[in-house]
This record gives sequence, structure tokens and C-alpha cells, in this order.
Amino acid sequence: MDFNDTPEEAAFRKEARAFLEKHLKPKGSERASRDRANMLEKAKAWQKTKAENKFAQITWPKEWGGRGGTAMQNVIWGQEESKFDAPTGPFAIGLGMCVPTVIAFGSDEHKERYVQKALMGEEIWCQLFSEPSAGSDVAGLKTRAVKDGDDWVINGQKVWTSGAHYSDYGILLVRTDPKVPKHKGLTMFIVDMKQPGVEVRPIHQASGGREFNEVYFTDVRIPDKDRLGDVGAGWKVALVTLMNERLAVGGSPGPDWAEIMEYARDHGSLSDQAFREKLADWYVAAQGYKLTKFRTQTALSRGQTPGPENSIGKIITANHLQDICNSAIEMQDHFGIINETDRMPGDAIFQQSFMWAPGLRIAGGTDEILKNIIAERVLGLPQDVRVDKDKPFDELKSG
Amino acid sequence: MNFDFSEDQKYLAGEARKFLEAESAIPVVREVLNDDDKAYSEGLWKKIAEMGWLGTAVPEEQGGLGLGMLEMCVLAEEMGRVLAPVPFSSTAYFLTEAVKLAGSDEVKNDILPRVVAGEIIGCYAASEGPGHPDPANLKTTFDGSTVSGTKIPVTDGGIATHAVVLAKEGSGASLVLVDLSGAGVTRKTLSTLDPTRGHAELTFDKTPGVRLGAAGDGASLNDQLMDKVAVLLAFEQLGGASRALEMAKEYALERYAFGRPIAGNQAIKHKLAEMYVKNEVARSNCFYGAWALSTDAPEMPEAAAAARVAASEAFWFASKENIQTHGGMGFTWEVDCHLYYRRAKLLAVQAGGPKVWKEKLVRALEQKNAA
Repeated sequence: MDFNDTPEEAAFRKEARAFLEKHLKPKGSERASRDRANMLEKAKAWQKTKAENKFAQITWPKEWGGRGGTAMQNVIWGQEESKFDAPTGPFAIGLGMCVPTVIAFGSDEHKERYVQKALMGEEIWCQLFSEPSAGSDVAGLKTRAVKDGDDWVINGQKVWTSGAHYSDYGILLVRTDPKVPKHKGLTMFIVDMKQPGVEVRPIHQASGGREFNEVYFTDVRIPDKDRLGDVGAGWKVALVTLMNERLAVGGSPGPDWAEIMEYARDHGSLSDQAFREKLADWYVAAQGYKLTKFRTQTALSRGQTPGPENSIGKIITANHLQDICNSAIEMQDHFGIINETDRMPGDAIFQQSFMWAPGLRIAGGTDEILKNIIAERVLGLPQDVRVDKDKPFDELKSG
Repeated sequence: MNFDFSEDQKYLAGEARKFLEAESAIPVVREVLNDDDKAYSEGLWKKIAEMGWLGTAVPEEQGGLGLGMLEMCVLAEEMGRVLAPVPFSSTAYFLTEAVKLAGSDEVKNDILPRVVAGEIIGCYAASEGPGHPDPANLKTTFDGSTVSGTKIPVTDGGIATHAVVLAKEGSGASLVLVDLSGAGVTRKTLSTLDPTRGHAELTFDKTPGVRLGAAGDGASLNDQLMDKVAVLLAFEQLGGASRALEMAKEYALERYAFGRPIAGNQAIKHKLAEMYVKNEVARSNCFYGAWALSTDAPEMPEAAAAARVAASEAFWFASKENIQTHGGMGFTWEVDCHLYYRRAKLLAVQAGGPKVWKEKLVRALEQKNAA
């Protein structure tokens, strides 16, 4: 066992770090780094710089503007980039999930038109899957597409669409045939988000932010040539997108055991025995997740496909974030209710994350869905009973 | 990055598992469970010695295999899986590591070859009553040549040939190696939560002993010894926890209720998924402990403590929820669930309970941060 890079990995890490140092500031190095103004412009510029230097999409083949690198190089790049104040947010979903789906299922014309522009940061993509009554059960979605000549006409509503308000294109999963069981009547399309009939309404979240959107489609026309995959094969296409999502969803941002330990030390709570025991539990869980990722990286660096061990990540991190923030606020007692960045330790980081943590436990799969995934795919236990499996969609109860 | 056991170490694990399964360890465990006069399985112990396992991490010049601590970790996990009712931890972790850590060359050359040959059974005698033994408040004394006092409980104390005793010497504490065939040794068998591992009360009355290390170094040596032992015990706990999850899964798949396997029930699925998460957290922390143990890394205190805390939690949770998953069957003497439940608690409080190790962990983190 050792934690060192191989000579090849070390060389790549050095190259990556030199590039990052040249272009970015280390995370938290100055207050201005937290300035979110012009975030979109900064993100586009950074994406362009990365792409021009072959550091965008490390594992993509060179013909699509990627680096043609290994999965391990991708991990190393992620580790290094995360140490810097890199504005990557707006591109995570498009380049991590949507564009790979276009590459996998799109026509040559699609790839020519979209891939390069996305990679260079000129166009931003979003993913339009979830609906008000189709969250964990995405295949229960109701947005309809009806064929009309060479076009499809779309009517319906999507929800929880990250970044839809600044996106140029989206991949859109819709129902093209309600007379067959739910998974068989879906089809995937590329949709132009700026065309008439597409209305984006930001959702005011419990945290106070507005990162997610509702998107309404009213008689939106999509040419049949912008279909991804066969009519009725949309679920198969969506699974490829979702598989990439699982690779993309990493740890949860926010304060960890080290930050609450520091806070407790500065404010006299570190001698409290009950707190010390909790701190040990948080450390053990965080360390367990971090080291589990090392096991995954070991598999990657040996050219193997990582095993199921990575699936524990979000269950651990999202819960612990919530728990740590809760404890920190209780530790601050009366003062803990203040959520003003100028007056609070660490810019009210515990308060901010306290309100964000419930969302993290839901986004990208709820705790309950993730436990089902572990039970079914890792432990091989039977699937939940699915009474809708063989019934035509339009005979299903919904609500 | 290479955060995994080597192919050779995995091969060793596979061979050890085959051996232990062929020796049908659960019936062997039950022989010890059901016979009050039996403190261990002599037959299994003999075979383990013949396999050379007791010399795994003993240098070749003292007759051992000269492999490393990673190999010991691999074996510990397999022993934990099958609840092997033998004094392996007492001998191969506590006694052997104490001698390796602080024994003089003379002591090493005397003791270690006999450990490897299966002639010595060790035990570790620290506890003197309720609570975690505090080197500053020990009642058992060492006067430079003899030990006097009472230790309770001592795992394998009824069958051991040699004991590592934590005793007061002057104003400090010392680790003392005691040959239990010496004068003034009284042993009383104890009934415990886990009858598959023998326990005794040992009383010393001017019993001759040899100090391990320097006088008064006992507290620090004991800490170092406990860090090493903690990692090995954590692997035993991990093995037990993994097996408990497998048992729960096997039963849930074959037990039908309401017309389908209970494993299809989300309440059961989530319970098993939680076991899996805790086991993986434990496994990753154990790996880190194994790395620190095998490289004498400065991170050893926090690595050992984290492995111990995570594995104690994982085995406790898996063993209790395994019984719950089995329902009424799980509460019967005939089904093996209770054997894992018993062992989980024995291993969790032996060598310091979770509270002790959580405190050690936080102290290590504080020191690291202050440095």
C-alpha cells in the first residue's frame, strides 16, 4: 500500500498544477474569490482557457477536443482543480452529462454543431428530466411530444432544472407514446432553450437561492432530426446520462469535521466530552469516505472499473454536513440564528450550509433511493414491487 | 495510488478463508460454547500453528515467516469472520507485538521461536476492575523482579503460558512479561458475555517477571502496543461485520413473508444498505490503519483509533441488525446470530471501548493540529 502517484501520474499532476497556478488563485486566498458577480462570464472564460490547453474533458477522445487521457488523470485533474478558485459550476451538467449523451446518440451533424462549442464554453447545456410528479420515478414523466409532419410538438412542465435560466440547449426526455408501459414510451430530444414556447421560471429554494428552475413547454416545435436515439428508446438514452451523473456527483461542499473542530477550539467547546465523541464520529465517517475514494482510484489506476464501494458517498457526506451544521449552530446558542456573512465566523458557513444540506440529501438521488441502489445493485436484493411495470402509461394512477 | 492489498496478500486471504471454512469453524466454535470446561479449540489451534500463522510477522531469525503486518491484517479479518475460538489475538497480537516492541534480544530469542512453534499461548493482563485501566492508578505492582496483584478479566488467562502485565513500578508503570508457570499464580475461570473465548481472573503473589523496555515506560509502551493491537482487532471486527451482513442477506433472501422474500421489503433493504455503508467506512479506515501499521507512519495514533472506532460501530450495528433481520429465529441458541453479537461486544470493549478510542482519536487530532 502506498499513497504516492506513479511517475506518470506525478508528471501529469505537476503539469496540471503548473497550468492551474498560472491561471487561477488558490481557493480562499482572498475575499474577492467569493464574489459571485459575473460568475457566468468567468466560467466561460475559464472553460475556454482549459479547452485551448487540452485540460477540458480529460477522458474525452482527442477528436472531440478532449485530452484522450485516463480515468486516473481525470481524478488527478479534479483533485488539483478543486484546490483553486475555479468557476466550473455552469458547465458541470452539460459537459459531464448532456454532451456525452449527444456524442453517444447524436448524428454526425449534431456532433459537428454542438460538441466543440460546448467544450469551448460558448454554449451551456441543461438536463430536462424531472417533473413535478416524476422525481425519483423519472420514467413516470408526463410532458408530451406529438408528431406533426417532420416536427414534434412539446407540451408540459419540467422542474429542478439546474441552470436552465442561462442554458442555450438542453436534452429533453418526453413521452411520445402513453399507450405502452412507462419505460417504453419515452423519447429523448435536443431542445433549443431560447426558442418561443420555452418559459424558464427560477424556483425560490428553501435555502434562499435560485439555482433551480421550472421550465414550461407550450407548443414547442422540435424537428425530428434533433431526436437522440430511436422513438421509444428514450429511457435507454437517459440511463447513459444518469450513469455519467453518478460519476460526476462527488463529495458535498461545505464545512467538515476540521472546520467545526477549529470553531469549537476557538470558542471553548472542544473540552466538552459529548462534543468530542461526535467529532470522532464525523472524522471517522469523512475519513471513511475519503479513503473509499482512494480505493476507487486504485482500481482506476490499475485500469479496472471501480466496484460499488463508491455508492456510499452521498449518503455519508450529505447527512454529516447537515449534522455538523446543526451542532455548530447549537454550539453558538442564541447567536447561532444570525445568518449574516459579515458578523459570523467563517462567513456564516454553518448557517449557509445548514439551509443547503436538505437539498443535498435529495439532489442526484435521495438517501432512500441510494439505499435502494446499494440494496439492489450491490447486495443483489430483489427490486421493489413495481405495479406499473407492464401497464400502459395512460392506465396508471398518478398524483 | 495503491490503496489495496497486493495480489499475494489477497491470495493469502483466500487460502486462509478456505482453510478456516474447511475446518468448519462454526461447529468448532459451538464445541467451545457448549462445553464449560473448554476455553478454546485445541485442535484448531494446533493446525493454525502448523500453518505457520503465529509466525507471520515474526522475523525469520526468530523462526517466523518474516512477512509483514499487512499479512497479519489479512489473517485477522479471516479469523474474525469465523469467530475462531483460539487465543490468536492474545498470542500473535498482544504478546508477540509487546515482545517485538520492547523485549530485549534475549527475551525475543527466547519467546518468539516458541510462539512460532505453538508452544506459547499469550495473554494481556491490564484490567483490574470497572473502567479503562489507567497506568497511573494500577494496584498491581512490579518491584523490578516480581509481580503482585489481581487482573480481571484476562482473555485466555486460563490457558496462557505467558502474560504481558501492565503494572505499577515506582511512580510510573511498566510492561512486564510473566511466565505463568512461575510461583504465586492463581487462576479463576470467569463466565463472560462470550463463552467462545475463555477468560480468567489472574492473581500474582510475588510472581517472577521480566520488564519489557525501561522502568516507567509502561504507559507509553502500552499506548504503542494498543495502537498496533487496535488495528488487528479492527480487522477481526471487520471480518465479523462482513459475515454478519452476509448472514442477514442470505436469510432475507430465503425467508418468505406475505408471499415474497423479506429481502424485497424496503425496510429490510435499507437496514442492509446501512450495514453495508458502515462496513465500507470501517473497511477503508482499517486499510488506512494497516498502512500506518506496516509503515510505522507518524499518523499511527489517529489511523489506529479511526479503524477501531469505525470497526466497533460496524460490527455492533451489523451483529444486532442481523438478529433483527432473522426475527425470532435470530434469538435462538441454534442460529449463529448470537455468536456474532457476543463477539462484537467482546471485541469492542477488549483493549478499550469506543469511548476510549474516540478520546484517543480527538487527542491525536488536537496534537496534529497543534504541531
